[in-house]
Order: sequence, then structure tokens, then C-alpha cells
Amino acid sequence: MTARFAVGDSVTVRAAFPPGHVRTPFFVRGKTGRVAEVLGPYRNPEELAYGRKGEPALALYRVIFDTAELWDNYQGTGKDTTVIDIYENWLEPEEEKV
Amino acid sequence: MPHDHPHDHDHGLEHAHGPHPFQPDLEEAPLTHYQAMTQAVGDLLIEKGVITADELRAMLESIDAKSPAAGARMVARAWTDEGFKARMLADVNAAAADLDIDAGGIPIRAVENTEDVHNVIVCTLCSCYPRLLIGLPPDWYKSRAYRSRTVREPRVVLAEFGTTIPDDVEVRVHDSTADLRYMVLPRRPAGADGWSEDELAGLVTRDCMIGVALPRSPGTKSRA
Amino acid sequence: MSKERDDKLVLRRHHDMGGLPAGPVEPVEHDYAPWEKRVDAILRLLADSKRRLITTDELRRGIEELGPGAYDEMSYYERWIASVTNNLIEKGVISIDELGRRMAEITQAWPAGVEDKR
Repeated sequence: MTARFAVGDSVTVRAAFPPGHVRTPFFVRGKTGRVAEVLGPYRNPEELAYGRKGEPALALYRVIFDTAELWDNYQGTGKDTTVIDIYENWLEPEEEKV
Repeated sequence: MPHDHPHDHDHGLEHAHGPHPFQPDLEEAPLTHYQAMTQAVGDLLIEKGVITADELRAMLESIDAKSPAAGARMVARAWTDEGFKARMLADVNAAAADLDIDAGGIPIRAVENTEDVHNVIVCTLCSCYPRLLIGLPPDWYKSRAYRSRTVREPRVVLAEFGTTIPDDVEVRVHDSTADLRYMVLPRRPAGADGWSEDELAGLVTRDCMIGVALPRSPGTKSRA
Repeated sequence: MSKERDDKLVLRRHHDMGGLPAGPVEPVEHDYAPWEKRVDAILRLLADSKRRLITTDELRRGIEELGPGAYDEMSYYERWIASVTNNLIEKGVISIDELGRRMAEITQAWPAGVEDKR
């Protein structure tokens, strides 16, 4: 398995909303964070959940977000962060800002 | 107040042969649909040889044997042994084996509190929790309120637990979305210099390994 | 939510509750009842390396497919046993017929009667 992203990369979570067993939470869809860690290959839960093998394995990443960017009127500080384990198929390079 | 000591009624509903021995403590209460389902499914699985009654009994004992004490021992060791701490941060399951603790096959990750970062664990999608190391999670961890609000307003949720994190400390929330389970390695409290590992372990609560609380303060707990 | 979304276009599944408004976290905990631990034990055995009959992923998916009402009407381990059972039926490990018959026998023999949960 070759990981597409490396630690430090800015990544955006795809803003897709399929039905079915998805382990990327709604609240980070469309959000941009930074790869904090490359966890390695893990079998795809979207396949495992239906009795299939979940192979080929996907790269799994720890992605860190500024919590204040995830919510309107966040009740906390600009330092606070949220870390989510996200599978590679949900990540794209950070969108180019115009 | 919740208590952690195991129950002494370990006779579940399983049996090897003959009529079903009912649970004495449930006989006064009405049976629910899902309790009947649980009884039936377990019995059918045993009859079909998918599981054995002995395996079920052993697993129930194993569930009862798990408690926050195992995690507390690891934290106390990490507080006194930098090498162990490094191994624990790298791989909790492997480090647990050093202490003859079986943390199971699901990878557990410890996230370290520092003077700059306070960690909190949640599973917004279900209720992932390092059960095989520290036992079953409390109801509130699995509640709608905790799962919904901890990512949205962690400092407010922590305040409900009586925990205030200063503004200059980062609150880092970990949502356990994939295969890893998370636990917090809290900071060693001040005022416990020279304490033994057992004494230090007594300061480590389940809630401080979830991140909604800090370890007990040495001043509030008798050292004996 | 931090961004306006057209509800007709986006889907938030009911179990995916991070960020939704909710009341205070009630610091309640109950001691697990023996039947609840039995559910947990059954699942762990079915998922172990000897059997690999059900995965955590299938358990989770089964719970999600119980539908939104499950979170209001069912307790935590009721959702677990419902999911485990549905999975076992789907996989042909147990049949609906034998399960129904056995549940009826258990129910009829129960001393205190049956709680009507309809």
C-alpha cells in the first residue's frame, strides 16, 4: 500500500453524503485539516460491514483540525484541535484557494 | 455513586444440557423481548456447537475481570519509568504485556497530556472504547449527549464534569472513528513525589483516562 | 453546524451525531446486568479468530440499520443483540423459525410473565 499523503499535508475531506456504513463523521465532511500521522493500511470498513474482505487495504490517517474552524460560535479557544482517523478514500489534497 | 467491584452472580443464562436455569435475580422482573432473544441466541449457538458453554462462561469471567485498574497500573508505571512511557506511547498493547496485562488484539493508542495539551476521547459514531484494557464504558460515554457535544463544545462538557482547562492549554478531542481505541495518559499530579507505583495507581481514575477529569490529587487521598 | 447546507442534498445518518445539539451529559452509570454481559460475551466469541463469524464493522452496520427509532426505544445492549441476531440470520447461522420457536418457549416458561414492549 502506498500512502497518497504524508505527515503535514493539508487535506480536505470530501463533501459527499452517501448512505451506508461510513466511518467519516458528518461534521468533518468538506473540512480541511492536516495529516498528523500515517497509521498504515487498514481494511475498508465500508466493505467489511457487508461481509466482504475490505481489500485492498486503505491507508488510514490521523487528521487534525482546528476545532474553531469546524463550528460556528465555537465555545473554546483558537488553540483547540480535533483529531479524527480518516481513510484515504475520503481525503483529497486541500482545495486550491482562489 | 457507581462502584466497580464485580458482581457475584456469575451464573448467566447459559447451560450445557437440561432445562434452562433461570437467573434468580431476574425472576421477579418481567422478561423482555430482547432478553428472551439473548437467551435463545446463546442457547442455539451452544446447541449448534458454534460456541461452547465453557467458552461463554470464561468470556463472562474475562469481561468481569477487566477494569480501569489495568490502565491505572500502566499510567503509574509510565509516571515512574521513562522507557516504559515511551513504549506505552508507541504501542499500548505491547507495553501492557510488560506488566502481564492482556490488552487484546485491537490496537490501543495512548495520548499524552502535557502542560500544553489536554486530551479527551469520544466515539461520535458509536461507542468505541479501550474495553479490553480498562473494562466496559460508563453509560454517559455512550450517551447521545456525550457523543454529540464533546466534539462541538468539549470545554463545556468538561466543565459539567467539574474539569476546567485553562485557555492557554489546547483541548484536543480524539474521535475514535476507525480501528484504534484511545486512552489518555494523564499528567502525574504534583505532590506525589516518592510515591510507590501502587500508590500512584490509586490516583488514576477511569475518567482521567477518558479525559473528562484529572487524576486524583495526592492531598485529597490518603496515602495509606 | 458551521455551514449552511441544503437538507435535500445532504444526508446525515441518525447515528452520526457529532455536533448535534443535546442536553447535559448525565453522569449516570448502571451496573451491567448479566444478560447484557452475555450479549457482549456472545459477540466477542463470534468475532474471535476461531470463528470470525461477525466483525465489529458488521455489528456497527447492523445497529445503524435498526433505524433512528432504535436510539430512542432500545437500550444499548438491546441494539447489540438485535444487530447480532440480524447478522446471524442473514448469514444462515440460525434460522428465523428456530429462533422464534425458542423465544416462544422461553417466554412461555418465564416465571414473571413477559413485558409487552410493543
